[in-house]
Amino acid sequence: MVTETKPPAVGIRSACKDYGSFTALRSVSFDISDNEFFTLLGPSGCGKTTLLRMIAGFEGITDGAIFLYGEEIENLPPDRRPVNTVFQNYSLFPHMDVAENVGFGLRMLGWTKGDIAARVKQMIALVKLEDFAHRRPAQLSGGQQQRVALARAMAPRPKVLLLDEPLSALDLKLRQNMREELKALQQETGITFIFVTHDQEEALSMSDRIAVMSAGEVQQIGSPEEIYEFPVNRFVADFIGDTNMLEAEVQQVGEGFVTCQIGDAQLTAVASQAVTQGQKGWLSIRPERLTIASDGLPATVEQTIYLGTDTQILARIEGGLNLRVRAQNDGARLAQGDCIFLNVADGAARFLVE
Amino acid sequence: MRGFDPRNYTGFLTVTLVCLFILYAPLIVVAVYSFNDSVSITRFTGVSLRWYADVFTGLEAAKFRAAAANSFSIAIMAAMAATAIATAAAVGMVRGGNFRGKPASFALISMPIMVPEIVTAVATLIFFSTIGFALGYLSILVAHIVFCIPFAYLPIAARLQGIEASFEEAAQDLYANRWRAFRYVLAPIMAPGIFSGFLLAFIISLDDFIITNFVKGAGVETLPTAIFGAVKQGIKPNIMALSTLLLLFSILIVTLSYLIGRSGNEKYQN
Ligand SMILES: Nc1ncnc2c1ncn2[C@@H]1O[C@H](COP(=O)(O)OP(=O)(O)OP(=O)(O)O)[C@@H](O)[C@H]1O
Ligand SMILES: [Mg+2]
Repeated sequence: MVTETKPPAVGIRSACKDYGSFTALRSVSFDISDNEFFTLLGPSGCGKTTLLRMIAGFEGITDGAIFLYGEEIENLPPDRRPVNTVFQNYSLFPHMDVAENVGFGLRMLGWTKGDIAARVKQMIALVKLEDFAHRRPAQLSGGQQQRVALARAMAPRPKVLLLDEPLSALDLKLRQNMREELKALQQETGITFIFVTHDQEEALSMSDRIAVMSAGEVQQIGSPEEIYEFPVNRFVADFIGDTNMLEAEVQQVGEGFVTCQIGDAQLTAVASQAVTQGQKGWLSIRPERLTIASDGLPATVEQTIYLGTDTQILARIEGGLNLRVRAQNDGARLAQGDCIFLNVADGAARFLVE
Repeated sequence: MRGFDPRNYTGFLTVTLVCLFILYAPLIVVAVYSFNDSVSITRFTGVSLRWYADVFTGLEAAKFRAAAANSFSIAIMAAMAATAIATAAAVGMVRGGNFRGKPASFALISMPIMVPEIVTAVATLIFFSTIGFALGYLSILVAHIVFCIPFAYLPIAARLQGIEASFEEAAQDLYANRWRAFRYVLAPIMAPGIFSGFLLAFIISLDDFIITNFVKGAGVETLPTAIFGAVKQGIKPNIMALSTLLLLFSILIVTLSYLIGRSGNEKYQN
């Protein structure tokens, strides 16, 4: 995706942020490519908003640098940075109607009246609010306000669009629709999106790449598949999706795999980094990568939870460990106390050092 | 379940009525006797508007007119200046983050409301004579600007506190510099607060007697000092008419200020 000639859309270089004695970001560095849908994902308080506000210019940087298409911007005030923000609470101007809100940035940029009117019309059509152009924000529903906020932020053709949990105020159904619309808008306009969320499903379904953050640090950056299938550490494996996290010790180091002891059984796993024999760590196995088979790890059913398309089974393996298994509902029902065998899919077990 | 409600106490109504009577009886007497047909201020002989006519055309009309012109022009200018200063102070105080000396600044801004007016009056007079500032129209104006600031500040700051900082951030994000973010976004949203601060300052200036009396110098009168001067020579019914007019005007302005502050809050809740 990165072309040779074009510098990255956004370059973050050892960005640090202290609030007094509290460190909100510690030396964060990464690049965001042109035209990318990039997501900052992490639990509450990990510093996502802080990083976004530093890119927008609302927060100063304690140390480090931020580049926008090769130009250093961390010392520019927000009104001199060609990036726009969709605020979590939208922050639509209450005394202006939809058209005036959408045109505000253009007005401040000194566009002519005619150009503003044409662009506003185009943006309002893009977010399908033609019938509401002369309403005040207070007369719109949450979903409509959200669209106005999007149109307003995209009207000045920002080089990068920043979105801070823009969907969190919407109800579930609307949120799912807006996900698709947002993704489509991004592809249509070709604007680089930096999207903040703590909702992993949202992140997985929309992003080209995701940066998983925790406690002011980036833990892993990668495509949704990479993040989900190949987590680099325990935090990422735990935070994204559901997983069985088992304490383990490396017994044997093979070529591209390791063997670990789980309960009474030996399991082959892929290590997230180079390991040595005897090293302690964790084994992460996704519940859907465990299947009930005619042989494998012997286990007894402890509990079953019916989830519609799936059933979650809590299975106790020999040695007393409990594993969660996700099986598709195909008619067969298991009951507590049933003896089953579990098969671990190839490459499903991942050995994580920390 | 029934909460604490003073309305349930016996005698509540009586006490309320007595209090209201004590508060308003003098005003009612003045208002009623302003319509009296006779020169007497104690005996009501019939309804007439002759004292109102007297205010505008009688012997003292010229004096009242000059005083009214002073009062209104000073009140308008003082309120405008105080509102501008108070708005700047409110933006600094509410939006300036936590700077050192913030509590002290707030105390300094609102102190004049707590300080006994007579003390302020004496201090202002001493100040003017120390720096050799000639007493007259200008000294009244300066004094009024100063003591109106806290009254304008309170509604403006209250309004600003209810406005999320993200509006200004959104404006700046959309390429407005600090001034334009204030001019096009913050100020319009604050407008009800600013207007109600202006009206409050205006009425405070218009009604002020003590400070004005100290710093006005010879020959310059405002309505309150003119009324006081006239009363010293004996209370005539035309003073009651003038006072009633002033009272009605004050009520009008205060009501307006209240209504604007309230309607604005409902409209811009976000
Ligand atoms: N102005 C501030 N002063 C002091 N600490 C702050 C300030 N702003 C944020 N923090 C702290 O910095 C940390 C990161 O905050 P931030 O808002 O970036 O979190 P977040 O990842 O966006 O969380 P959420 O998902 O809850 O929005 C938090 O621990 C927060 O308490
Ligand atoms: Mg946040």
